[in-house]
Amino acid sequence: MARETREARQPWLLLAPALTTIFFLLVVPVLFVVVYSFWLRTANGSDQPGFYMTNWAEVVTDPFYRDILFNTLKIAAVTTFLCALLGYPTAYFIARSRGNKAMLLMLLMLPFWISYIIRTMSWINILGVSGALNSLLLSLGVIETPLQLLYNEATVVLGLVHFLLPFMVLNIYVSVEGIDETLEDAACSLGSTRWQSFLEVTLPLSLPGLAAGGLLCFVLAAGTYITPLVLGGPTDAMFANLVFEAIITQLDWPLGSALSLVLVAVLGALVFIYNRFFGMAQLMKGLS
Amino acid sequence: MSSVSLRNIVKRFADFTAVHPMFLDIPEGSFVTLLGPSGCGKTTTLRMIAGLLDPTEGEISIGEQLVNNIPMHKRNLGIVFQNYALFPHKTIHDNVAFGLKYRNVSDAEVKRRVEDVLELVQLPDVGSRYPNQLSGGQQQRIALARAIVIKPDVLLLDEPLSALDANLRENMRIELKRIQEKTGITTVFVTHDQSEALAMSDKLVVMSEGRIEQVGAPKDVYDNPESSFVADFLGTSNIIDVNCESADKSGVCVDAKHLGSVCLPREKARNASAGLAAKLVIRAEKLYLVAADTPSDLRSSVEGVVETVDYQGQAVRYFVRVGDLQLQALNMIDNQPFNEGDTVSLRFRPQDCVALKGEG
Ligand SMILES: Nc1ncnc2c1ncn2[C@@H]1O[C@H](COP(=O)(O)OP(=O)(O)O)[C@@H](O)[C@H]1O
Ligand SMILES: [Mg+2]
Repeated sequence: MARETREARQPWLLLAPALTTIFFLLVVPVLFVVVYSFWLRTANGSDQPGFYMTNWAEVVTDPFYRDILFNTLKIAAVTTFLCALLGYPTAYFIARSRGNKAMLLMLLMLPFWISYIIRTMSWINILGVSGALNSLLLSLGVIETPLQLLYNEATVVLGLVHFLLPFMVLNIYVSVEGIDETLEDAACSLGSTRWQSFLEVTLPLSLPGLAAGGLLCFVLAAGTYITPLVLGGPTDAMFANLVFEAIITQLDWPLGSALSLVLVAVLGALVFIYNRFFGMAQLMKGLS
Repeated sequence: MSSVSLRNIVKRFADFTAVHPMFLDIPEGSFVTLLGPSGCGKTTTLRMIAGLLDPTEGEISIGEQLVNNIPMHKRNLGIVFQNYALFPHKTIHDNVAFGLKYRNVSDAEVKRRVEDVLELVQLPDVGSRYPNQLSGGQQQRIALARAIVIKPDVLLLDEPLSALDANLRENMRIELKRIQEKTGITTVFVTHDQSEALAMSDKLVVMSEGRIEQVGAPKDVYDNPESSFVADFLGTSNIIDVNCESADKSGVCVDAKHLGSVCLPREKARNASAGLAAKLVIRAEKLYLVAADTPSDLRSSVEGVVETVDYQGQAVRYFVRVGDLQLQALNMIDNQPFNEGDTVSLRFRPQDCVALKGEG
């Protein structure tokens, strides 16, 4: 009996440091943000404690915020879709290649050695008015005046895909790697082509990895503010830019808090929905 | 059902040759086993027939058709993989019906054929389950059902029984043979287990280091090994370096040193020639130990000392010292086995021995 309670307690003991850290560094600050969102910024610039619905009313009713939220979700969705499209073949290739997998994976991780901001800014040197691409086209005589390639929604998506692709590839790689290669051989021996075998066997079995990569890309894309700041035009602000603007530029912490909670709530709901699906995927994995 | 023929097949991986020029005919409806130690090229050969590997050289035909350039999914083969390779996300029914999807079979026909084949492998009620809900032996049967439901021209099995435990393996071996005989599908079976190979095959192909050592009916290969590799690999043999004293049409006599002179019938010593070195093969189960003072009606009889006794229940394996030779004998136990240190008399019939050409 005593031994059973000790065994039941053990996981909690092992989790204690992590839970404590999460509690003080995540839960407590988020609670502060919740409290802040009900305060009010006065005309003289100070925050007035209290329980005001003013910020929430503004955030919920102003179509400006709603439009940017939808646009943010759209950009995140497009980015996730492109990452999946580009990432799946890459991950599949690495998982199925013989021998030098470690090297390929290292190449995949290599970009992480450079700051994400620097990587994002590097696009200015490539696509900018005096960047590599324009210089090349000018010197080839294809164009006569430099093209304005930067600072639009497409470059924001480009930057996000550049940033997030490795996360997608890694997630898919892990799940494809775990799928027995002879399953596809077996399918082929039964009469399906290589492509049909892939669609029938490997793709459905790798869905959990694709879903995990998709969630990660979507959440990271929807929460970003640096990429639109560096590569977007004045009208390409994403939702996190609003938070940044409110808190850093206008020093309006209560409004910024309310805005950031909206983003947390939307993304939280998404994770929740995904979890329902992931639970099902796990169930299917359990059957294998 | 079709015959299979390999003409001068070679497979090289980079600078390593896994299969040396190989000729093999697999008659229609037969059960042919590729037997050999691990790494001798059995799987490579099977994968070339399957279309999973392209031969570096040579031609493979199935039936009358050259299949070198025909992709695997058009070869109409049934393959059972060592790890079964059942689709984990599909039910047993969908696993078995998989190949029928690509064969223009009506729904009613699919239903009937899946039911029939599940009946044939004696698992009629598992259609709605998933592979991980079946035991290893059951998964094995489903893998077989999935491979034969498409009525393949050839059935290829790569060590299908090796993942099962010993009892189940012997049952499945009988089961597999029954199903093969019932369906009459030309079958190529790969194994490193000699008892499986001997029990199941119509034709046995013994391989070593990418080459065929000997081909024949199991009993022929067992009784008349053509090389010391085959003699050693199949069963337990004593292989003794001897000199060939005389050879004529009626028989061959060799000087087997401590064992004296042994005269074999000519068909047991096809390649021995007088005056040259030879190897004398005596099967362990054909070497009998008797008490030293037993009167003998057998001509070949020598004395030896029992060094090691390996007791196996119904039989016992002895290691016996005769001069500088150590011989193995595998005898059934009558009443009381011999003990270490006993002096015994060794008996064998010359016609049970085989003389091979010596090396060098
Ligand atoms: N894809 C490959 N690349 C290089 N060598 C291989 C490959 N496949 C098999 N081999 C080599 O070929 C030899 C025969 O292999 P295999 O046919 O699998 O043997 P078996 O099935 O008889 O155990 C082995 O030495 C193996 O290492
Ligand atoms: Mg093998």
